Amino acid sequence: MPENLTIAIASGKGGTGKTTIATNLACSIAQTGKIVQYLDCDVEEPNGHIFFKPGIEVAKSVTISVPDVDAELCNSCGKCGQLCQYSAIISLKNEPLVFEQLCHSCGGCMLVCPTGAIKEKPKEIGFVDIGSANGVKFGQGRLKIGDIHTPSLIKQVKSIKINDGIVIIDVPPGTSCPVIEAIKGSDFVLLVTEPTPFGLNDLKLAVEMVREMKIPFAVVVNRSDPNEQMTSQYCLDEKIEIIFEVPDDRRIAEAYSVGKMIVDALPEYEGIFTILYERVLNRIKGRE
Amino acid sequence: MKIAISSTGQTLDSQIDQRFGRASYFIIVDTESMEFDVIENSNTDVAGGAGINSAKVVIDAQAKAVLTGNCGPNAQRTLSAANLKLYTGVSGTIEQAVDLFKAGKLSEATEPNVGSHFGTENTNA
Repeated sequence: MPENLTIAIASGKGGTGKTTIATNLACSIAQTGKIVQYLDCDVEEPNGHIFFKPGIEVAKSVTISVPDVDAELCNSCGKCGQLCQYSAIISLKNEPLVFEQLCHSCGGCMLVCPTGAIKEKPKEIGFVDIGSANGVKFGQGRLKIGDIHTPSLIKQVKSIKINDGIVIIDVPPGTSCPVIEAIKGSDFVLLVTEPTPFGLNDLKLAVEMVREMKIPFAVVVNRSDPNEQMTSQYCLDEKIEIIFEVPDDRRIAEAYSVGKMIVDALPEYEGIFTILYERVLNRIKGRE
Repeated sequence: MKIAISSTGQTLDSQIDQRFGRASYFIIVDTESMEFDVIENSNTDVAGGAGINSAKVVIDAQAKAVLTGNCGPNAQRTLSAANLKLYTGVSGTIEQAVDLFKAGKLSEATEPNVGSHFGTENTNA
């Protein structure tokens, strides 16, 4: 029976190693012959492609709907502006003024307009790239510079999710709307952290978030330091499993700096990410 | 002619509020009679759209010009669409600003003089 599950790789703090874990995990699972898809949902700064170097077959333009006002039909009643909670449309003496960058595409202004003067028009917010590399199905979102509709684009990246294999989602850092959108619907979350006070502080925030979302999770410690007790003590106190540790190995950083995956550059690490996958699988099965 | 001035207080000797969208008050002054109304600005703490909504407030108050310290792009666009004149970089008291305006000593701004969210980052500006 083909395994069908989604694992999100998240972290509170940026730069802890989400992409390192996500790309190596996806590659390692693919090497065991399973169907794997890697989706880079860090759409403001996708960088998984640096490691995969995928061939992109399709680059789909993603648009949202914003209001388009027909000045001839507008009777300046002002209902659109009263409705909009984001001040994306505001009625003045003549026809309303639209601020497309503030629009959340709810369509409310069109519904309340009594003269049908407001229609939808598309506004491009970014792209979804689809391709493949090293036997991994690759997908990524690219938000246009200056655009703020991050969750809308992430939703589109996730719409290409396969349903007959393992999906690895590379989540943006933090704990806000884009992160929630990327994690939503996952079977398991790996929270990547680093053994620093910053890493721990933001890990705590991320733990609160996934607990709120009621998704099973475990912690991955990257650049692990055996002398550092803060993170392990926190996880012990909170009964959180540290499912995996990546040692603080300079050669990993060197491979990273030239866009190489750990599993490609350092043969002795081959297989360790397969162990991570099996541990996650056991955790999920243990719950069923 | 009615003009709107962003203000830190409710009297003509109050200081101009350097933020337009998140100004504490708008004082609407009739430049002929020097009679004025005070509008408490409900947009000081909104998450977004403060400039646009504050522009709407002064437009609805029938002001024909706005005197303020700093004005961002969305507020400027809204004021301009309603044909209000905008004067930025104004400081001192409300009364001094009105005098300068009446004496023709202020120059009109045709562009915003700060970026978006200036007022959220410079609460004491």
